[in-house]
Amino acid sequence: MLRSLFIIFFFQLLGEAIQKFFEINIPGPVIGLVLLLLVFIFFLKSSSQFKKIKKDISNTSHQIINYLSLLFVPIGVGVVMHINYLGDNLFKILAIIIIGTLATLVFTAFVMEKIINSEKKNVKRR
Amino acid sequence: MSKEDKLYKIWVYLQAEPLFWITLTLGAFLVGDYLYKKSKLNPLVNPVAISILIVSTVLLTLDVSYDRYFNGAKFIHFMLGPATVALAIPIYEKKDLIFKEIKPIIFSILFAIPFAILITYYLASFFNLDKEIILTMIPRNVTAPIAMGIAELIGGIPSLTAIITIITGIVGASLGTFALNIFKIKDMSARGFGFGVASHGIGTARAMSKNKTAGVFAALAMGLSGIATSIFVIIILKIVI
Repeated sequence: MLRSLFIIFFFQLLGEAIQKFFEINIPGPVIGLVLLLLVFIFFLKSSSQFKKIKKDISNTSHQIINYLSLLFVPIGVGVVMHINYLGDNLFKILAIIIIGTLATLVFTAFVMEKIINSEKKNVKRR
Repeated sequence: MSKEDKLYKIWVYLQAEPLFWITLTLGAFLVGDYLYKKSKLNPLVNPVAISILIVSTVLLTLDVSYDRYFNGAKFIHFMLGPATVALAIPIYEKKDLIFKEIKPIIFSILFAIPFAILITYYLASFFNLDKEIILTMIPRNVTAPIAMGIAELIGGIPSLTAIITIITGIVGASLGTFALNIFKIKDMSARGFGFGVASHGIGTARAMSKNKTAGVFAALAMGLSGIATSIFVIIILKIVI
């Protein structure tokens, strides 16, 4: 547990440092995610030595991700407390968010499902 | 000292300590999560939304400022970074499925990001919002830190973008399932991918709680759309405006 927390924190730290150093517009934790993923794919190929570490990180990560929703509560409260910042535009903005978000969600999923299905058909034809 | 005075003193002491606000946040979330599970994962009973409502009600009733609350809640907020890094593991565990669907993933991002940017732009123009507010809203579907960075870059107001981004996440997480069902989209990777593109981390959290594959594709979409939006937004704005 402690070792995996260290590794996860370390990769975030690495990501933050890279983000600051190269002044990239991508958040440090996302860079950390990519780095950790690359290490897992390319350097930790099921060699028995690393199996235990891998399992350890996997357990810890799943435990943290289980509570992913909880971590959004503090900023969410900030939204409620500062909702008046949206002023007279509040209802227009809410309408745009609801229509825009659902349209984007359905459009994206629809396009992806179509491409996946057409790929499946192509495979069958061959 | 009367009993009331003593209680008041204890309250004044406790409310200045982080512990009180951390405990409140955890307690509110346990209630939200309990109701969510009790409702058999009904998306409308969104645990984030419920906890936010409970905590906000407490703060408004007791007249406590957000800064004071956040002074405690920041310890929970802090874990968002490590949790993002930790998403590498479920993505890794589904890497074969991801490699198999790599073409749909890339093409969907290329279609979805311009769509997301343009629909916000045209809806906001349709509702006659000021240009500054339109630019503030444009990056709302990507994860908050990226959205704020983009808002700053294109001339929006980053703090407002953060608020709008979080609302977007909650709307997607609580209403998205119904929208997908109406349009009869069944593929779990496609559903998850939609959640990640349209409602970033909060949508990903919802997808994760419902289906592993959907959760992984949501996490992937969240990362990819953050990166793709940062690249596309300037090009698209140049063409449209």
